[in-house]
Amino acid sequence: MFRRTTRNLFALANALTLLLAAGIIHAASPSPQSPSTDECLACHSDKTLTTKRGSRTVSLFVDGKRFSSSVHGSLSCTACHADLEGKDLPHSTPLARVECGTCHSDEQKQHSHSLHGRAIARGDTLAPHCVDCHGNHDIVPVTDRNSAVAPLKVPFVCGRCHQEGTPVQTNRQIDQHNILENYSESIHGEALLKKGLIVAANCVSCHTAHNILPHTDPNSSINRRNIAATCTKCHAEIEEVHRKTIRGELWEKEAHVLPACVDCHQPHKVRNVYYAQGMADADCMRCHANEHLKASDGRSMFVSAAEIAASRHAHPRTQAVPVSCSQCHSEVNVSRVRPCETITHPVDCSKCHEDQGQQYQRSKHGQLLAAKDPNAPSCRDCHGTHRVLDKRDPESRTFATRVPELCGSCHREGQKAAVRYVGTQHEIIRHYQESIHGKGLLKSGLTVTATCTNCHTAHMVLPKSDPQSTVNPKNVPATCGACHHGIEEQFEQSVHSRLVTKTDKDLPVCNDCHSAHTIRRTDETGFMLDIMDKCGRCHQEIAKTYFDTYHGKVSRLGYTKTAKCYDCHGAHDILPVADPRSHLSRANVVATCQKCHASATRRFAGYLTHATHHDPKKYPFLFWTFWGMTTLLVSTFVLGGMHTLLWLPRAFQMRRDLKAEEAREETARANGAGAEGKATAEEDHRAH
Amino acid sequence: MPTDLDLQSPELRSPDQPRPLGPERKRPDREFVRFTRLQRALHACMIISFLSLATTGLTLKFSYTGWAAMVSRFLGGFQVAGFIHRTAAILMFGVFVTHLYNLVQLKKREYKSWRALVLGPDTMLPTPQDLRQFLATMKWFIGMGPRPQYGRWTYWEKFDYFAVFWGIAVIGSTGLTLWFPIFFTRFLPGSFINIATVIHSDEALLATGFIFTVHFFNTHLRPEKFPMDTTIFTGHMPLAELKRDKPLEYEALVASGRLESYMEEPQPEIVVRTIRAFAWIALSIGFSIVVWIIYAMLFAYK
Repeated sequence: MFRRTTRNLFALANALTLLLAAGIIHAASPSPQSPSTDECLACHSDKTLTTKRGSRTVSLFVDGKRFSSSVHGSLSCTACHADLEGKDLPHSTPLARVECGTCHSDEQKQHSHSLHGRAIARGDTLAPHCVDCHGNHDIVPVTDRNSAVAPLKVPFVCGRCHQEGTPVQTNRQIDQHNILENYSESIHGEALLKKGLIVAANCVSCHTAHNILPHTDPNSSINRRNIAATCTKCHAEIEEVHRKTIRGELWEKEAHVLPACVDCHQPHKVRNVYYAQGMADADCMRCHANEHLKASDGRSMFVSAAEIAASRHAHPRTQAVPVSCSQCHSEVNVSRVRPCETITHPVDCSKCHEDQGQQYQRSKHGQLLAAKDPNAPSCRDCHGTHRVLDKRDPESRTFATRVPELCGSCHREGQKAAVRYVGTQHEIIRHYQESIHGKGLLKSGLTVTATCTNCHTAHMVLPKSDPQSTVNPKNVPATCGACHHGIEEQFEQSVHSRLVTKTDKDLPVCNDCHSAHTIRRTDETGFMLDIMDKCGRCHQEIAKTYFDTYHGKVSRLGYTKTAKCYDCHGAHDILPVADPRSHLSRANVVATCQKCHASATRRFAGYLTHATHHDPKKYPFLFWTFWGMTTLLVSTFVLGGMHTLLWLPRAFQMRRDLKAEEAREETARANGAGAEGKATAEEDHRAH
Repeated sequence: MPTDLDLQSPELRSPDQPRPLGPERKRPDREFVRFTRLQRALHACMIISFLSLATTGLTLKFSYTGWAAMVSRFLGGFQVAGFIHRTAAILMFGVFVTHLYNLVQLKKREYKSWRALVLGPDTMLPTPQDLRQFLATMKWFIGMGPRPQYGRWTYWEKFDYFAVFWGIAVIGSTGLTLWFPIFFTRFLPGSFINIATVIHSDEALLATGFIFTVHFFNTHLRPEKFPMDTTIFTGHMPLAELKRDKPLEYEALVASGRLESYMEEPQPEIVVRTIRAFAWIALSIGFSIVVWIIYAMLFAYK
């Protein structure tokens, strides 16, 4: 059974192969003569020639004259009606639909992807084919004003379907209404239709001719992202005139955060009227001026007009008019009764404050926000919302003197930022307030004093470990140098600078000696004494030997009127002793000593400020002096001590004897012994 | 047979003779004068000077102890401490010079020649007798002989005496180097300041340590003298004590008949009390310093 089936299949395959071969041979052979244009017109020039399509009677008349003057006049009928190729006349009906795409492949492709093309594919009978717009046998170039799609005619071509009462408008989902009507009354429509300005925008200027897509499609020319590009095809650099706050490139690059043209200039209704600034604000305030307005989750949606009027946005630096609601709440759609119902994203300040926005996104705060951390501060946590003020305004939360408090609201001990912090800096705010910067800012009211943001930056706050951070050791000198420039210049030439010393080891930067948040005046006793321990953290041996000398001992007792590390080595301009610029170089050392020892000489400068008697190699004379003295000391004590210890038992014996004698005398006296007896006892004692 | 001198001692006096002091029954009428007023004054100055030098100096030597910082602050800071140290040093030099001057006077007045002073029986210089007494003392210590008969100056007293000479020479010279480093480095290398520091500091440690332990014990804390021997302060010592501790001197004095000239009324009670108070303070400071040194050397050494 199985074998028979196989044999049958084989026979079938053979038969098919033969048939195919026959077909190829047939195709290769010269085809029968295709009907010529004249032959076609022999019948189709008859104006009464009709046919029935469904219930409709359709004329089959072709105007030979107009055809021959059309763009396709040089082509034969069968070039388009390809299914008549090689057919004998009269041909059978109906003919297949002409495929314009055979030649106009790009347009065809666009069309088939377009709203119209997809409707056709869906089998929507209302969907337009090429012929519905362009006509058939009488197509002329679009520049010809007789063209069915000449600019002046386009509104009506489109309007055939897209106007009130048409099946398309009635039965299909079209958001816009009175399209043709509105257009004809719009500034574009007036220009085109009344003034005959054929460069004025018509339907296809915005919607394109073949690539018509719904506005929700990101590729659509009328998508929010593209609308600016579409409008600026004609209204070049409109943004320059329009909103000076908005960078031209933003409009196209970040259209999603900006109000699109059509948000104000509604499609099809664009009027030649003055769109007053704040008009939208008034619209918003219609609802939001209500103090009791609440969101569904209970948040107050009240917006205080007074707050906004007092804010920085009411008189921005970069534009002549106040910033309007919709400039921040950009997704509003004025075509809605509630323009705000289309808002889906929170306010994005970076659409105007682009640099700050980018910095913020790079910052730890921004990273946390991106990670959806509930503790992450966003713009408004520091700057507020409607009452945003300039940082130079003393009322502002970001005014210099209020910055520590502002940062402290999270970074104070026990607050949310401090709680998650695992580094070594604690009591940041309290320490800062007690530091020289904190006192300068808060007690002396010097607003130029460094506050949190001067070192950490306002928007690009990064942890110390991040190489981009302003408080990363690599960047600290520059950060401090922003104010202490002269010191930075000195420091960058010193042996501690990364620019001078190339090493893998950690080199000290400003905060290693001065600390970060507890920076003190350098003429404070505490600082001056601490600094030696700071040097000693790296220079352990040399610091230890310093404490063996008079200078070190006095310092250790807590007094500063003696040479400390930086008195000799310099503070920021420390250089190796071998460097001729060093304070301790041969040329400079005497002058350095003379800072304190006014009449110091070169030989005096030979005093070993780091000498130790523990190093026999480096300081043999000190070492041997010390051990000589120690030997003397120990031997003296041993001899003296032994002498004393040996004496002790005898001394006790003597004490006992004396006591006994005294007691004897007492007894003798108590017994009323006379002077004689006493004298005798005394004599006895003497005789001993 | 009682000598005329013996009759002066209260113990030998007739019981019907009224005792001059009621409650202080043992208080003798007359006492042996061991030290002159000047010697006592010099010793007192020496104590003041030595304690000041030790206290202020050790704050630097043991600057790593909290005690040092406290003492230094109490004194008014390292500069005041330095001032005290130098003032006390001047006083010490003064004591030294005065003593030398006194020696010259002594030679003129009593000995006529240096030879007599230096080689006489009361010499401060070590003599063969000192060596013999030292060996005899060692025997006595180990129970192989009687207590030697000491003279006016025992060998340990002579040692103490010359220790001061040595100390003044060593500590004084290095101290001056540290005081005037710029002057001294005009002819000495700068590193000599470092050496001077080591010597000054260690010799001072030796001096303080020795005085506050060995010297204190030998003269004050010996059980038979405990708690202190006030002779150096009052200048007086009971005759019985002279007989017991310095029998050779006593016998020599008796033999030469000069003993009477060394007997004096005891110091007034108030003077003795004041002296005791002073001595107690000095002793306490000395002991505190010893404790401090031990603590600093053994427990806080860095």
